[in-house]
Amino acid sequence: MAMEKMSIAKALNESLRKALDNDPKVLIMGEDVGKLGGVFRITDGLQKDFGEDRVIDTPLAESGIVGTAIGLALRGYRPVVEIQFDGFVFPAYDQIVTQLAKMHARALGKIKLPVVIRIPYGGGIGAVEHHSESPEALFAHVAGLKVVSPSNASDAYWMMQQAVQSDDPIIFFEPKRRYWDKGEVETDTIPGPLHKASVARTGTDLTLVAYGPMVKVCLEAAAAAQEEGKSIEVLDLRSMSPIDFDAIQTSVEKTGRLVVVHEAPVFYGSGAEIAARITERCFYHLEAPVLRVGGYHAPYPPARLEDEYLPGLDRVLDAVDRSLAY
Amino acid sequence: MTVESTAARKPRRSSKRTSAVKTTAKTSAKTPQSSEPELVQLLTPEGERLEHPDYSIDLTAEELRGLYRDMVLTRRFDAEATALQRQGELGLWASLLGQEAAQIGSGRALRDDDYVFPTYREHGVAWCRGVDPTNLLGMFRGVNHGGWDPNTNNFHLYTIVIGSQTLHATGYAMGVAKDGADSAVIAYFGDGASSQGDVAESFTFSAVYNAPVVFFCQNNQWAISEPTEKQTRVPLYQRAQGFGFPGVRVDGNDVLACLAVTRSALERARRGEGPTLVEAFTYRMGAHTTSDDPTKYRADEERAAWEAKDPILRLRTYLEKEGAADEAFFTALDEESEALGKRVREAVRAMPDPDPIAIFDNVYADGNPLVDEERAQFAAYQASFADTAEEGK
Ligand SMILES: Cc1ncc(C[n+]2csc(CCOP(=O)(O)OP(=O)(O)O)c2C)c(N)n1
Repeated sequence: MAMEKMSIAKALNESLRKALDNDPKVLIMGEDVGKLGGVFRITDGLQKDFGEDRVIDTPLAESGIVGTAIGLALRGYRPVVEIQFDGFVFPAYDQIVTQLAKMHARALGKIKLPVVIRIPYGGGIGAVEHHSESPEALFAHVAGLKVVSPSNASDAYWMMQQAVQSDDPIIFFEPKRRYWDKGEVETDTIPGPLHKASVARTGTDLTLVAYGPMVKVCLEAAAAAQEEGKSIEVLDLRSMSPIDFDAIQTSVEKTGRLVVVHEAPVFYGSGAEIAARITERCFYHLEAPVLRVGGYHAPYPPARLEDEYLPGLDRVLDAVDRSLAY
Repeated sequence: MTVESTAARKPRRSSKRTSAVKTTAKTSAKTPQSSEPELVQLLTPEGERLEHPDYSIDLTAEELRGLYRDMVLTRRFDAEATALQRQGELGLWASLLGQEAAQIGSGRALRDDDYVFPTYREHGVAWCRGVDPTNLLGMFRGVNHGGWDPNTNNFHLYTIVIGSQTLHATGYAMGVAKDGADSAVIAYFGDGASSQGDVAESFTFSAVYNAPVVFFCQNNQWAISEPTEKQTRVPLYQRAQGFGFPGVRVDGNDVLACLAVTRSALERARRGEGPTLVEAFTYRMGAHTTSDDPTKYRADEERAAWEAKDPILRLRTYLEKEGAADEAFFTALDEESEALGKRVREAVRAMPDPDPIAIFDNVYADGNPLVDEERAQFAAYQASFADTAEEGK
């Protein structure tokens, strides 16, 4: 067994390195992924070791990056593309939504689109406009795409392996403000399937569901609630499409209460989907309505206000209190 | 054409090259667009005045001093902002160091009623438009997403998403033409941006509708870590030809040439003859932004070579040689420069954080019940902390 402590950034880097090593068809593509190693250094050193034919600095053109990745996939390659920041995926949105997501179905299942689109997403790093958004619902809404987000180093390492091996297009959201958080990674054994939620903390009074950057906040909230004698279960969703509703159901049947937490705006967000489904599935188990904590129906604010905008410990605990008060 | 065939025959790069920095410098020297073909130059790096058949310009000593002052003050402002970022007062800064001539030359070619669509690095153009430099700092400090009313100075907001503004400029110019006005529009963008679909589409639209727009591309040789050769295999100004309008390459470190060429392109637009692409061949002397580390991808010697072409030094040499400026002028400018630095420093430090409730301001022009509801919830939630604080006393 090989246990290593590493940051999420390092885990992603190691994982991409392994993917390039294992399969000559795997390619890395994107702006600045070569010598610079990406603006977050996730691809650091990969071009040096695998060459410019496999780790490809692309022109500054997101539609071009995704569109050509589709073509390469049709030719048998497995491109892993980097979109530099969340807000810059939209020039490529057309290719992703109108082409990448639908081609497998249109070809009667005869062609496969093994494209991974990596997007550093979410706030909390004090950036300027378009560098802090959480557009996951916009992708999860589209059939044909799978949408995932790791919250810790081990998941980052393994989910990236699994995403690269998947024959479906995967939108891989990387929680950029957690890149430098360290955790244990067991590099030999796969912990579990890509789309399965994991119980990050067990509890009996209420379930918090989160993914990506908000898992840590929820774990902190659960620890704080523990001091007040409340037992909170935290579920790390890991996948926003598909969603492991069975795991949420199991937890809610135990706790009777559910709060969904994400950075993205609440309105039409993934919390809405989870609340609706769980209400259908667990109506008679619920002691309170499913509550949601997330961003507002407003543009992501300038950096000096992001602490007010992003759900923090207090807002999560406030929702926990409201739920428990029913 | 030789340009294409050279590109096509270029050997594929081997993965074994180890000296990353050297590779870049060597390869870019071989590429067509950096061999500096036919750029319009009116002032050499040594401060010698040249004549050009199409772009003659005759400036008074006062006008020359004015351009010099603009460049010096813009550089000072930029240096101050970089320092403020280092001191933690700004979250980020995109420096224009080295691009002063391109920005001041083109900026001073504009008329008041012309309209400017900048990227995020056009601090010198903003200066020419009369935008208070301290207004430019709000978005980099993180207190707003813009910070000025675009219509006050006909200077649009900075655009972070690469290339988007070129289409806005084109549409605006189409509107100008529809109105029968004789003003022009200028869109700024970088060499990296030239790869974006939006930029190609703006070329198409402007040509098809004969829009009075000037595309001003500052080719500063780099898009973060990627050299221009990773964006194009032909010199950028030649792109225009395929879209059906003229393109011209100007020495972007020569303020006189930038002024003359931009002025001519604007006049062409005003005459109803449609768009022009101006490629200002220049250099980003600093990092891409304060978050960037150019040592990862570029050689020090490259910067040194470009420093010898510094836009400010060459105009100073010329001014001195011509006797167009005396010691008193330079001394007074030094003082003005210091004062500007101080003013900017103080203004930034005094810049307050916005009231959190501002998150909900201006989301819609006509209002929206959801925003109102969330604003009220937010206010109540914030107030609950105030109550707790009171109780705690
Ligand atoms: C659509 C989009 N993709 C990526 C980015 C990230 N990014 C910001 S600046 C930049 C390089 C721009 O280079 P260039 O257009 O040459 O302009 P320069 O900054 O050199 O003036 C990149 C890739 C972005 N802002 N927008």
